[in-house]
Amino acid sequence: MSDTALRPTSLLGDASVMLGRSVRLSVRNMDALFTALFLPVMLMLLFVYLFGGAINTGTEYVTYVVPGVLILCAGFGSSLTAVGVSQDMNGGIMDRFRSMDIKGASVLTGHVISSMARNLLSTVLVLAVAFLIGFRPEANPLQVLGAIGILLLFVLAFSWISAAIGVVSRSVEAANGFGFFVLFLPYPSSAFVPIETMPTWIHGFAEHQPMTPVIETMRALLLDQPLGNSAWLALAWCGGLLVAGVLAATFAYRRRVS
Amino acid sequence: MPEQPAIEATGLEKAYGEVRVLRGVDLQVARGSVFSLLGPNGAGKTTTVRILTTLLPADAGRALVAGYDVREQRSLVRRSISLTGQDTAIDELQTGEENLRMMGRLCRLPRRRAAARATELLDQFDLTESGSRRVGTYSGGMRRRLDLAASLIVRPEVLFLDEPTTGLDPRSRQQVWEVVTDLTRSGVTIFLTTQYLEEADRLADQIAVVDGGRIVAQGTAAQLKQQVAGHRLDLVAADRRAFDALTGHLGARVVAPVPERLTFSVATDGTANHVRAVLDEIDPARRAVARFTVHSATLDDVFLALTGHTTTQQEKETAGV
Repeated sequence: MSDTALRPTSLLGDASVMLGRSVRLSVRNMDALFTALFLPVMLMLLFVYLFGGAINTGTEYVTYVVPGVLILCAGFGSSLTAVGVSQDMNGGIMDRFRSMDIKGASVLTGHVISSMARNLLSTVLVLAVAFLIGFRPEANPLQVLGAIGILLLFVLAFSWISAAIGVVSRSVEAANGFGFFVLFLPYPSSAFVPIETMPTWIHGFAEHQPMTPVIETMRALLLDQPLGNSAWLALAWCGGLLVAGVLAATFAYRRRVS
Repeated sequence: MPEQPAIEATGLEKAYGEVRVLRGVDLQVARGSVFSLLGPNGAGKTTTVRILTTLLPADAGRALVAGYDVREQRSLVRRSISLTGQDTAIDELQTGEENLRMMGRLCRLPRRRAAARATELLDQFDLTESGSRRVGTYSGGMRRRLDLAASLIVRPEVLFLDEPTTGLDPRSRQQVWEVVTDLTRSGVTIFLTTQYLEEADRLADQIAVVDGGRIVAQGTAAQLKQQVAGHRLDLVAADRRAFDALTGHLGARVVAPVPERLTFSVATDGTANHVRAVLDEIDPARRAVARFTVHSATLDDVFLALTGHTTTQQEKETAGV
C-alpha cells in the first residue's frame, strides 16, 4: 500500500478522539455502568456478611477478600470492552470509520483506555466501601500504588483480550458471554477462599491461573506481607496476556475488516 | 486529454464461496455527475459500493476512484471519498452535535474548527434544535440527515450513498432528495444505489441497471425508457385458454405475464396505428383480448423488460448479499 501522506495520520490523535467517544458511550450506557460499578460492591457485601462468618482465613475476612473482589471487579469490567467493540464491529459505524482513513487500531485503543478509566473508578468505589465495612490495609502509599498498578496492568491485558473477543464475536450477545466466563474465573483461585481448602484436583488450576498471582501480589502489598515470587509471576502473566491480547485483537481486526 | 472520470471500474468480480455476487461490472462516472446504480436487493449494489470505498477487495478487476486505485492507494482513496452506508453510522448515545464534532476531529480538523463545522452542518440539515439531544431520540429521517451531514464534514470528491432512502417515510425521502440535489450544485460527484426507480429517475444523470451481479443496461433515464419503445400496451385476456394462445403467439415479446390475472403487456410506440396492428396481429378473431390500456413507460417497465422481473420481486430470496 503506498501511503504518501497528505495529512498526517496520527494514531495518538485518533485514539484520543476515540477515547472521548468510548468514555461518553460508557457513561451513558447506564445499565452496563451501574452493573460494572455496583455488582462488585454487592458481591463483596455478600461474601463478607453472608459467607464470611463461615470462612476462616486466619485474618478478618474482609481483609482477606478485598483483593479478590477487586480482581473480580476488574475482570468483569474489562470484559465489557468486548461488548463495546462488538457493537462497533457489527454496526454501520465501523464502515464509516474505515472509509475515513482512520487508523484501525485507534478504535480498539479508545475502548481499552476507556475500560481502564472505568475500572479505576470501580476500584476506588470498592475500596471506599471496603474501608467503610472495616478493611484496614497496612500498606504505605507506595504499596497502595503498587497494588493499584498491578491491577491496572491486569485490566489493560484483559481489556485487550476482551477487545479481541469483541472483534471476532458475530453478535453482541456472544461478546457478552465472555463476561460470564470472566466473572467465574476468580472462584477457582485464592480470591475468596484459600486454595488449600479446595479439593486437590483443582489446586493445579487454581494455583497456576493468572488471577492468583495478581491477587497474591495485591494482598501482600496491601497487608504489608512478603511478596515472594508472586509479583514476578503476576507481571509475567499480565505482560504475556497483554502481548497476546494486542496481537490477537489487531490480527483479528485486520482479518475481519479486509 | 479528456478529464479523468471520478470513478472508473473494469471487470469487477466478487464471490462469497459459491455465490458469485459480481460477475464483471464495468462503470464510468463523470466528475460532478450523479450516478445511480439501480437494482433489486441482492443484485450486487452494496458489494460494488464496498469495493469502490476500499472496504472490500475485489476478486478480479480494477477500480480507480478520484484517480486512485482502490487496492493500491487505499489511503488516498479514503481521503477523497465519503460513505453513507445502509446502516446508520452514528452513535445513539451521543448527541447529534457530539457525533458531528467527533467526525470532524477524525477528519483531523482542529477542535474549534470541528465545533464550528458541526454547528454549520446542524443548521444546514435542519437539525439545530435537536443538536443537543441524543440521537437515540431522533426519528428515522433525522438520523438519516445526521448521517449524511456526518459524511460531509470535509467536502468529498466522491460521495457514496448506499440506499439513502430505504425505509424512510415519503416526507423524509423528499428531504434526502433535496439534500442530494443541493449537493450536486456544489460539484460533488455522487454515486447512489437505490431500489427505487423513481429515485434514480429523479436524481441521477446516468443510471446503470444491475441485476444478478451484472450491469444489464446503462444510460440516462430518458435513454433507458426508450429501450422499451416509450409506451406499454397492457392487455387482459378473455380466459385462460386465450391467455395461453396470446402469450404463446407473442413469444419473447411478452412483458410481465400474470396467468392468474390473465394480464400481460407488449411494448408499443403508443400510436393508434401500432396498437391496432398489434391487436389485429395477435387476436384476428377479436375474441381473445378482453380489455387493453396504453400508458407511457416508466423506469419500472425498463427494469422489467431488461431483467424479466420487477424490482421488488426477488427481494426476500436474495436479501443480505
